[in-house]
Amino acid sequence: MTTSVQLAAQFRAKAVEMSHAAEAAHLASALSCIDIVAALYHSVLRLDPKQPKWEDRDRFILSKGHAATALYAALAYKGFISEADLKTYGKAGSLLEEHPTPRLPGVEAATGSLGHGLPCGCGMALAGRIKGQDYRSFVLMSDGECNEGSVWEAALFAAANRLGSLCAFVDFNKWQATGRSREVLALDPLVDKFRSFGWLVHEIDGHDHEQILSAVRGVSGANEKPTMVVAHTVKGKGVSFMEDDNNWHYRIPTVDEVRMAKLELGVS
Amino acid sequence: MRNAFAKAVTELGDEYPELVMMAGDIGNRLFDRFKEKHPTRFYNCGVAEANMTGVASGLAASGLRPITYTITPFNTVRCLEQIRLDVCYPNLPVIVVGTGAGLSYAGLGATHHSMEDIAILRTLPNMHVVCPADSVEVRLAVKDALRLGRPTYIRLGKKGEPLVHQTDPVFEIGRGIVMREGSDVAILSVGTMLDAALKSADQLQQAGVSTKVISLHTVKPLDDQLLGALFAEQKLVVVLEEHGLTGGAGSAVLEWGNARRAALDKLICIGAPDRFLSACGDQDHARALYGLVPEKIAQRILDRLK
Repeated sequence: MTTSVQLAAQFRAKAVEMSHAAEAAHLASALSCIDIVAALYHSVLRLDPKQPKWEDRDRFILSKGHAATALYAALAYKGFISEADLKTYGKAGSLLEEHPTPRLPGVEAATGSLGHGLPCGCGMALAGRIKGQDYRSFVLMSDGECNEGSVWEAALFAAANRLGSLCAFVDFNKWQATGRSREVLALDPLVDKFRSFGWLVHEIDGHDHEQILSAVRGVSGANEKPTMVVAHTVKGKGVSFMEDDNNWHYRIPTVDEVRMAKLELGVS
Repeated sequence: MRNAFAKAVTELGDEYPELVMMAGDIGNRLFDRFKEKHPTRFYNCGVAEANMTGVASGLAASGLRPITYTITPFNTVRCLEQIRLDVCYPNLPVIVVGTGAGLSYAGLGATHHSMEDIAILRTLPNMHVVCPADSVEVRLAVKDALRLGRPTYIRLGKKGEPLVHQTDPVFEIGRGIVMREGSDVAILSVGTMLDAALKSADQLQQAGVSTKVISLHTVKPLDDQLLGALFAEQKLVVVLEEHGLTGGAGSAVLEWGNARRAALDKLICIGAPDRFLSACGDQDHARALYGLVPEKIAQRILDRLK
C-alpha cells in the first residue's frame, strides 16, 4: 500500500515530467503544494471516480490553477483520468490544459485566474447545508492569491454564514510570480488576518502529512467556523536545485534536470 | 419592475425548491415575503459582488438555482470575470439580475448608470441577455430563465414603469413579442423603451406610416426568424434601446444582418452616444437629452422615410 508520502514523491516526478514534456511553466508552484494534494486525495477526500458528479462527494478546488499538474497527477491516481492522459498535458486537443477546465472529470471549477476558488467553495459549502448533505469543500490557494480582494470578500462571507464544512489552505511558499509574497503586498501576519476574519486557523508545516491530516480532521458542517490552514511550504519542494528558487516559477526543466529530479525523488 | 421581480421570485420559490435568492445588500424589505416563505434560501451577500457571483456558481454547480440581484453596474461589470469564468464557462444555471439599468438611476450619477451592460454581457459565450419591457415581462422572464437553466442576465428598470401588457403574452427567451402590426416600419424595442416605442408608433400612424412594434426582450440570442421577416418585409427596421450605441442591441442586429446578408441600409439604431452622462436630472430628463422620447424617435423615422 502506497503511503501518501510516497504518493507525493510520485506526483512530484510526474509534475516534473509534464512540465518538461509540455514546456509548461509553474513547476515550482505545483511542487510546493503537492504534499497537501497527495494527503487529501490519499486519505481525506470522499470521491467516486466512476461518478465524478456524485452529489455527496467532497469538493476540492485547486484555486491556484497554475499548479494544475499536481491536480492532474491526483486525478490520475484516483482514476478520474488515466495515466496515459497525463502524457497529453498541454498537447493540442487535450483537456489537460495548463490551467484546469471543469470539462475534465474531477475538476470542480475553472481556475487559473486567482481569487475564484474560495467564493466558489463557499457556494458549494452553502449548497451542502441548504440541501442537508454532509460533504466537505476544500479549497487550495496560493499566498500570492491572497492579493485578490475576492479572497477577503469570501473570507467575510464564509464566517458570516458559519460555513463549517469549508476548509481552505494557503500554500504559503513565500513567493509570488515576481517577488517575495510578504514584500509585494503586506501579507503578514496571515494567520492573524484569517483569525480576525472569524476563521478557525491552523498553522502547519505544509510538507508534514500528519500535520495536514490533523488540520482537516475536524472539518464538518457542525462547526461554527470555517477552517483555514496556513501551510508553510517551500516553493519547488522535493527537488534540491529548485527549492526556494523563484526562477522555477517559469523555468522548464531540461532532460538532465528531469533525470536528476527523479533521482532525488527516488522515482524511477 | 423590482416589485414585480420580488413577487415573481417569491412565487417561483414554491415551484423551484432549488431557487436561492442572493442580494448585494439592497432591496432588504423588498424580499421580506421571500424570506418569510423561504427562510433558508435568501442570502444578503453584502457589498461584495465578486464573491456573490462566485458563491452563486458554487451553488449552481451543486444543483441549486441561484439568482444574484443588485444595482446593474455592480452586478455586471464589477464582477464580470466571475460571470465569465465561474458562470458562463461551465455553463451554469445562474441568473444575474441588474436593477435600475440604463438611465433608471440617471439622477444618481454615472456610477449608477448602466449603458454598457448589454454590450459587454452579450460577448460572453453561453450567456443569455434578457431585457423585459414591463412588470409582466419581468415575471415571465424570470420564469422562463428558470425553465431554460442556462446563464442568463436579466436587465431591470426600477419601479413605476408603465404597464404595457394587459394580459400575459407568450414569452420565450429568444423570441420577440409582436405588440402591434404594421407594414412600413418595424420598431424593435429593447426593455423599458416599449412604452415610448408604442407612443412613437401612434405618432407615425398619424403621419400615415404603418408601424409594427415588437418587444425585443432578448438581445442574445436574437430572434433570427423574426428579424429575417422584418428585413424582408419592412421599409425600415428601427432598434430602440436605453443603452449605448456601441455594442448594444443595435450592434447585435448589425452583426446578425451582416452574417445573414440582410438589407442593412434599412436599419436605424437609436440609443445613447458614446459618452458619460454627468449632470443632474431624472430618467425622463436624461432620455430627452438623448432623443429617447416618442416625438424625437418618430421624427427620426419620418426624416429617414423622406
